[in-house]
Amino acid sequence: MKEAIIKATKSLVKVLLLILGTILFVSLLTTVVPESFYTRFFNKNIIFDSFIGGIIGSISAGTPIISYILGGEMLKQGISLIAVTAFLVAWVTVGFIQLPAESIILGKKFAIWRNLSAFVLSIIVAFATVLILNLV
Amino acid sequence: MTLRLKQISGTWFFFIFMAMLYFLLFFINPSLCISSLIFFRQILIKIIPIFVFVWFLMVIANYFITPKFVFKYFDKNGVNKWLFAVIGGILSEGPIYMWYPLLADLRKKGFNYGFVACFLYNRAIKLPVLPAAIYYFGWKYILILALIMIIASISQGVIINKLIKEKL
Repeated sequence: MKEAIIKATKSLVKVLLLILGTILFVSLLTTVVPESFYTRFFNKNIIFDSFIGGIIGSISAGTPIISYILGGEMLKQGISLIAVTAFLVAWVTVGFIQLPAESIILGKKFAIWRNLSAFVLSIIVAFATVLILNLV
Repeated sequence: MTLRLKQISGTWFFFIFMAMLYFLLFFINPSLCISSLIFFRQILIKIIPIFVFVWFLMVIANYFITPKFVFKYFDKNGVNKWLFAVIGGILSEGPIYMWYPLLADLRKKGFNYGFVACFLYNRAIKLPVLPAAIYYFGWKYILILALIMIIASISQGVIINKLIKEKL
């Protein structure tokens, strides 16, 4: 149990500074950047918006914690939950930036198919999540 | 060890950079600095109780399910293999590229592309990110999203296996 406590504490401490730094960054960004900034990329059409959310998430890089914080702020600025969900899921499952490394180690064909299918799935997951959320 | 030190310094640098940015901003534009810090404090206060709960969850998970225990089951076939690709992905830590060599090694031992894809997809579900995720989106949303992503990960594995036929 002692080992489990140490391991859990270490894992959280490791992300704590990153979380604090990201919240500091987002706090500044939210205060400086006008609300209309993010909304200009979206046009209130849920299919188009989910696609755009997926694209932005796919080309972004960083730890998942940043995606949740940014996604949360996007949501507060009026972007639809479907678009934000597609953004979140694509951020963590699609890795266009890591594509070269993934291709070299795991194979080009696998890397391309994995990333493409993950992108399509990010939109499907977004629709399914919001649909179920509205039902329950 | 070098890689671990690099990771720690990267996180520290980011935090110190942000702290210094606020320090400078305090002299350049005090009102912007204070507004941002008020916003920061509001988020922080709401996130602390969730952090404590997640820590408790992680202790339980670390005590009962170890990565060693999970990887032992990679050798089994069928449902177990999918189940443990899911759990292995969720439990894995660190940047994604650190896992490529291990997955390449597992490939040589009969771990097909579908399982690799499933494992990588589940790396998206992480216990340490729950405090921020729950703060912004709520328990219900995160729970539904996690369950759908687990289903999506297995679907992706099956799709990848159909797309890439291979002889193992």
